[in-house]
Amino acid sequence: MAVTDYLRERFFPHMWCPGCGHGTVLNSLLRAIEELGLNKNNIVMTSGIGCSARISGYVDFHSLHTIHGRALAFATGVKLSKPGLKLLVPMGDGDALAIGGNHFIHAARRNIDITAIIMNNRIYGMTGGQFSPLSGPGKKATTAPYLTIDREFDIVELAKAAGATFVARSTTYHAKESIEFLKKAIDHKGFSVVEILSQCPTHYGRKNKEGDAPQMLENYRNNTAKIGSKALADDPSLIARGIFVDVERPEYCQEYDQIIERAMKE
Amino acid sequence: MAKARLKEQKIIRDWCKGCGICIAFCPKKVLELDAEDKAVTVRPEDCICCRLCELRCPDLAIEVFKQEEE
Ligand SMILES: Cc1ncc(C[n+]2csc(CCOP(=O)(O)OP(=O)(O)O)c2C)c(N)n1
Ligand code: SF4
Ligand code: SF4
Ligand code: SF4
Repeated sequence: MAVTDYLRERFFPHMWCPGCGHGTVLNSLLRAIEELGLNKNNIVMTSGIGCSARISGYVDFHSLHTIHGRALAFATGVKLSKPGLKLLVPMGDGDALAIGGNHFIHAARRNIDITAIIMNNRIYGMTGGQFSPLSGPGKKATTAPYLTIDREFDIVELAKAAGATFVARSTTYHAKESIEFLKKAIDHKGFSVVEILSQCPTHYGRKNKEGDAPQMLENYRNNTAKIGSKALADDPSLIARGIFVDVERPEYCQEYDQIIERAMKE
Repeated sequence: MAKARLKEQKIIRDWCKGCGICIAFCPKKVLELDAEDKAVTVRPEDCICCRLCELRCPDLAIEVFKQEEE
């Protein structure tokens, strides 16, 4: 199948701004699915609200465009009722970790077989550039004209601590790496998390003087390094990329099936 | 192994938003923006078919077709 077979081409050109990283995440995700040879009729994508969440409108899978922060709750419902389906849940950093933070940690804790893709642009893009729990201190946002003071979450550490059994991080500059991580995450049995740093040139980039989209991608190249690399050992201030967790633990739907079996015997 | 050669680089003009990502990171400087801010193939003979432009394009506007090897 070609990548375009997974697209709803009638909605193109898409609504994202020129140079928005969310389009590259869509691009990588489609390549990953194509390379895995998945049947699109077995894929369900649920999304919340945000520029990122618009992604579910562009893919020719079963899709649910739901409410802000609740994409994982809807995905949990779909997965429990039809465990044979592949659940993909792309979310913005606000969607996943501000309003949706609780759903995120509990989905990870249960180890339900869902792939969460966090399109982290460190800002609320859709509503005009308010700071998010991923902005970090010293950043400019419409809600922080004198700079932010909040420390940011580390999505990898948070997902790990909450119990996710696959955790990876890449960026839109590293498209080939993103495809590789997404393929592994989708194949993984359990709750998998792939954080992809994704530029918002319109709000985050402009407010923080990070330049245009190519410049922001260059920053991803210069400010990140692969785990285990010499570059990272020499400069721990770099953001680590790679697969941080890949372990097996009982999966929620399988455990639930056993409960059903036990109940039916009585 | 023979060098990969470009058969065709398909760019959907209507989808391209002129962000310049494909141009900035093409290792062989194959692409440029035209007067309407759309990406165009200007040096097809230099293309090494690495597909980085295709994979990074946020608008899914590029497709790279390699020449079949003899
Ligand atoms: C319950 C609720 N609260 C607030 C909003 C307003 N709202 C819409 S999108 C959004 C945040 C978007 O940021 P993020 O999830 O990071 O995605 P991005 O747009 O940056 O991709 C907010 C606060 C909403 N739609 N629903
Ligand atoms: S506002 Fe930012 S996140 Fe939203 S489409 Fe534009 S660049 Fe992308
Ligand atoms: S990366 Fe895509 S949208 Fe951007 S200029 Fe190139 S073809 Fe156009
Ligand atoms: S395939 Fe590689 S060399 Fe050819 S135009 Fe694209 S980025 Fe440049």
